[in-house]
Amino acid sequence: MSVQSQPFLKSGGSVRKPSIGAILFGLIPFAAVCFSVSLWDRVYPIVLGLPFNFFWLISWLLLTPLCMWGAYRLEAHRDRVLNRGDGAP
Amino acid sequence: MNASVVALAVISGIVAAGSFVGFYAGSHRKMDLEQWTVGGRGFGILLVWMLMAGEIYTTFTFLGASGWAYSKGGPVLYILGYQPLFYVVSFYILPQVWEAGRKYRLQTQADFFQVRYKSKYLAAFVALVGVIFLIPYLQVQLTGLGIIVEVASFGGIHRTPAMLISFAIVAAFVLTSGIRGVAWVSVLKDCLMLFAAVFVGVAVPYTYFGGIGPMFAALVRVKPSHLVMPGATTNLGHTWYVSTVLMVGLGFYMWPQFFGASFAAKSGDTLRRNAVVMPFYSITMPLMFIVGFAAILVLPGLADGDLSMLMMARKTFPPWFLGIIGGAGALTAMVPAAIQILTAATLFAKNLCRPILAPGMTDKQVAKLAKATVLVITVAALCSAIYSSTTLVSLVLVGFAGVAQFFPGVVLGLYSKRVTMPGIFAGMVTGVLIAVLLMLSKHDPVMGLNAGFIGLCFNFAVVAAVSLFTPAEGGGFDEQLQASAVN
Repeated sequence: MSVQSQPFLKSGGSVRKPSIGAILFGLIPFAAVCFSVSLWDRVYPIVLGLPFNFFWLISWLLLTPLCMWGAYRLEAHRDRVLNRGDGAP
Repeated sequence: MNASVVALAVISGIVAAGSFVGFYAGSHRKMDLEQWTVGGRGFGILLVWMLMAGEIYTTFTFLGASGWAYSKGGPVLYILGYQPLFYVVSFYILPQVWEAGRKYRLQTQADFFQVRYKSKYLAAFVALVGVIFLIPYLQVQLTGLGIIVEVASFGGIHRTPAMLISFAIVAAFVLTSGIRGVAWVSVLKDCLMLFAAVFVGVAVPYTYFGGIGPMFAALVRVKPSHLVMPGATTNLGHTWYVSTVLMVGLGFYMWPQFFGASFAAKSGDTLRRNAVVMPFYSITMPLMFIVGFAAILVLPGLADGDLSMLMMARKTFPPWFLGIIGGAGALTAMVPAAIQILTAATLFAKNLCRPILAPGMTDKQVAKLAKATVLVITVAALCSAIYSSTTLVSLVLVGFAGVAQFFPGVVLGLYSKRVTMPGIFAGMVTGVLIAVLLMLSKHDPVMGLNAGFIGLCFNFAVVAAVSLFTPAEGGGFDEQLQASAVN
């Protein structure tokens, strides 16, 4: 049997390496809820009755899907363009 | 009627309904290994959503989060911090993992390592580490079930017999229904849990303080330092927060059971869309914190913070409603426990036992061995649950520190051609050893850093160093290995 060498994942599949733009969208939530902790970990100002750190993290549960929706749009657009380029439907 | 009898009757009713759904959904199909573990790879976005939510929101969410809010305060916020981030990470890796799964017919996480790095010893090591670190996670579910029965029976039934009964049910449930049955019980579980979380999270602060705002205002007056890090602890500050959130955010989808759930999806795009919308589901999480915070003022001095949510429910609501909350909690323990057992058993039989000890086994024998292993693993978790006294959250963090060490192997395996098998193997061994030694010698956190995170840093460094000094493998894959690898 011949030993056929091929990439682990074909780049011609429906899923490719993410684009730089899509990765930048993903870095926004990391900056907001992880690295910046010392800026928002405080009780005041109290917003909507919640301590500020609590309020901040809850907002990012809602804002993260927004960022990832942006990343999704970028990826979906790229898939369409690349598929057209390949002549695939 | 006696209050404990009412509460326990409602809980039993809910558990029975859940078990019936599971048996029914599983009984229609012939249960070969592929149907049992990855549901024939035909799950659409709805079923994948339910399965993932079913696996991700466990007793840890239901009891552990309020427990840490009660006993530790501010540091509990790390849970809210990592929730959106692991979905972000999954956006970039799960569709690719799924694609590899479809192409090579993978069923387990160790299969992925086997096919990518072509080493059955690496795959067996991945399986072994996966099984070992699933046990504390499983233990969380068991302990949770025990707590529920203990509180609902008003102390009448001790935790140990309660855990024994519940896990007999879980084991029976896994053996008959497989992953498809579990996905359908997730529906019932998620509806009940959402309802219980929203109701308790809103009703408790209203009953005692007239609202969530006044509750926090009262807490700020009494204990302002409890609400920011390090809260009631001395060593869980901002450095710990960043290192823990990074470790869990990157490592979360490295739990072997999530690989199984990803393989069950119909397409990679399903998983990508799932990653976008899932953070909305975490919105129940802050409600659990609120119950824990309220308990500080209403029920001060509880010896075990993990009891705070159910003790508050017992104090506030009539017994039948405590039963509904307990039933929701019981399913929230049973569903993830079932998948964890199923995954651990499959890993043990398929990736550890057959390739290393008995290469002649047929698929049927592997399936049989996997089912027998279910009992062994359940008993192991049961024993450690009976003899342990750590909090639910601390247990889960031990598991995360272990499975996060798979992250370099998965991500670099997908995206790097230069990384080599010896590099990944050496890195993983280093990472696991460092994390385990630090935790066993009670050096977690070290200089404020999470032990698992330190392990992960060394892991990456060793992968890079060893890969540089070993010849490149080119990220190739040869067909000859395929047959022996993934049957």
